[in-house]
Amino acid sequence: MPTIAKSVDEAVAAIPDGAMVVVPREACGAPMEATRALIRRGAKRLHLVCLPTSTMQADMLIGADCVETLETSAVSLGEFGPAPRFTAAVLSKAIRMKDATCPALYAQVQAAEKGVPFMPLRGLIGSDILAHRADWRVIDNPFGNNDPIVLLPAIRPDFALFHAAMADRAGNVFVGRDRELLTMAHASAHTIATVEKLYDGNLMDDPALSAATVPGFYVETIAVAPRGAWPLQLLDHYPADGAHLAEYAKAAATAEGFARYLEQNVYVKRAA
Amino acid sequence: MTDFRAEELLADTIMRLIGDVRHVAVGNASPIPALAALTLRERGGGKPYVSLLGSRRHMFFTDGGRELFDCAGQGRVDVFFLSGGEIDGEGNINLVSIGDYDQPNVRFPGSFGSGYLYYVVPKVILFRLEHSRRTLVPKVSFVSAPGGNDANVHRTGGPVGLITNRCLFSFDRARKRFTLVSVHPGRTVDDVIENTGFDFDRPDHVPVTPAPTPETLKLMRETVAPQLAEVYPQFAQRVFGVKVAATS
Repeated sequence: MPTIAKSVDEAVAAIPDGAMVVVPREACGAPMEATRALIRRGAKRLHLVCLPTSTMQADMLIGADCVETLETSAVSLGEFGPAPRFTAAVLSKAIRMKDATCPALYAQVQAAEKGVPFMPLRGLIGSDILAHRADWRVIDNPFGNNDPIVLLPAIRPDFALFHAAMADRAGNVFVGRDRELLTMAHASAHTIATVEKLYDGNLMDDPALSAATVPGFYVETIAVAPRGAWPLQLLDHYPADGAHLAEYAKAAATAEGFARYLEQNVYVKRAA
Repeated sequence: MTDFRAEELLADTIMRLIGDVRHVAVGNASPIPALAALTLRERGGGKPYVSLLGSRRHMFFTDGGRELFDCAGQGRVDVFFLSGGEIDGEGNINLVSIGDYDQPNVRFPGSFGSGYLYYVVPKVILFRLEHSRRTLVPKVSFVSAPGGNDANVHRTGGPVGLITNRCLFSFDRARKRFTLVSVHPGRTVDDVIENTGFDFDRPDHVPVTPAPTPETLKLMRETVAPQLAEVYPQFAQRVFGVKVAATS
């Protein structure tokens, strides 16, 4: 049975150093309170997989030295410009980069979901993304004729970590239209979800809700984190905190500014 | 002549490039293409379908982020937009880094969906607002996606043109070359040559990019700008003065 953790810090304590963790793109519920908790815990050597991109979440984890390997199609702060800690880490070779393209990451996580070793994908041939990925292969389509196609190995994360609107006490998590959260949970050995609130009753009893729910079967731990995507948006619930994001982009431009940002916003728990 | 903003001229030009299609998808960090697609849809009374990445209201997908790529793989996405930290004369785009990949001098965010969508979307419109020798180069440092492939590589899509803050180029996939189509008001052909790092073709007479009509501008400003604020609040505020609602 999934457990309801007493706090987000307690929930992420289960993620050991060196774990492979998959997180969603910003539009699908970035677990920012959990990100702050991971940094407070001092997580190290994570293999972070962004499905398929990330913004401030990856930038913060990288800046706080939690990440050893980064697998992503992109990291930026969107309308707030480049992701400064990500950029600095790549330039100083502080992280190992596995550059991808969005559908490759989806396909690789889907391969794990299906329990198959690889998935084929169109595109990529002639790109330097492929040239720099020793773990990707090109084969001749066995059902075609002189038709090269790329094979991508499955990505089976140790943990899926995301933020969603609500969960019930059986550990079922409502994800709405963000169905890649289902793929993430199916593919990962463990799933930890933070949620805005607990739902009274069982999500599976309502057909409209159950169709958009990650079954508790796949879920390890739930933690309640109101505004848990702050300062990023949670679509359908709240917009991004633009003023704060502008402040972050400015602070994170330097290592010192970023360290100050962590002192003020992460190591000291913000007032609710 | 009606006053218009640079962003409005670019969006209006993109609207003409999109043409008569069924489905336009718009990816990350593409506020001007989003403005163009939504304005076209308003004018067309709901046609074309528009899928705006990161939006709830302007996005019909219900099967997660992969649905865009699955849809494109089947040929159900007619138009997409890509940019590049560098773009070269053969239509190669670089969204990754400058210098040796393992020891880069400059790092960009990453390739996003380009390593796939450039191959399978029939009309990819390139946009790069900064038109300079730094961005439009003879040869990109890193190919996120190539302008073309060998004939045996499955490729149903690719670039059709490139729009910048100075001009519009078309792209000939067979010849892997850009041709100057028009220069924006206030720009000159010499200015374009001076600031472009690659060779391109041009006709003897290069026209000026037509200005948006008052009807188009009204539609953009009054109807589309507030829609845009959902995904691009900073852009909508800066360009159109749309106030961002602070809800919780």
